[in-house]
Amino acid sequence: MAINFDKVLGLHDDALRLRAERMKILASNLANVNTPGYQARDIDFAASLERALADGAGDAALALDDGAPELLYRVPHHPSQDGNTVELGVEQAEFSQNALDFQTSLTFIGMKLRGLAKVIEG
Amino acid sequence: MSFKSISQIAGSAMNAQSVRLNTIASNLANASTAASSEAEVYRARKPVFAAVYERAAFADGTLPGARVQVLDVVQSTEPVRQVYEPDNPLADENGIVFYPNVNPVAEMTDMMSAARAFETNVEVLQRVKTMQQALLKLGEG
Repeated sequence: MAINFDKVLGLHDDALRLRAERMKILASNLANVNTPGYQARDIDFAASLERALADGAGDAALALDDGAPELLYRVPHHPSQDGNTVELGVEQAEFSQNALDFQTSLTFIGMKLRGLAKVIEG
Repeated sequence: MSFKSISQIAGSAMNAQSVRLNTIASNLANASTAASSEAEVYRARKPVFAAVYERAAFADGTLPGARVQVLDVVQSTEPVRQVYEPDNPLADENGIVFYPNVNPVAEMTDMMSAARAFETNVEVLQRVKTMQQALLKLGEG
């Protein structure tokens, strides 16, 4: 009975990759906080994972390989005169939340791997 | 993983913000540098930022980030201050001395905004560093 690493790790490895990609988008938003006309972007993380699950067999990799996740535009709470839709507070909150979620996925993977090591070592 | 491009994005933003701080310092330093004609007088300088999008490479599941580029540093077109100071050695034949169109209050607020944006990007770099370190420790212990 071979151990399937994809099954052991579940969604978490792809969630981790998605989190890292989202980190880049949020870092871009934070970097362009003073760029006139820059429109803040983000991905719908829940929808991306949901679509991955619907694709079957819990294979989240499909969501990333198919050209998804879709990049969306953030709707600002109040428009600014220079056309920039980055709101510093919102982006900072999303960024730290995303970093924490990354850490969570990482912890889950660590626990799974430790569990496997325990099974192997006995 | 996209950590390298995150560092590049944060680095480009820090670079752009320091160019901005540089122009602000130059504006404030020259806020009362008088001149004897409108052509010679110092004019407030402003950087122009633009977003540079990375090439979208969707095939491998990466998303395009956006770096910041300083397109140009332009001079303000606002009218310069003309002051009647006949005793000033720089006064022209009508006794007028020209002062820069620098608004110190606007420059100070601009400076706060630039410093804040710079700090934000330092935080981004720090956070990415801890994430990368946590990833390296995966499977240990």
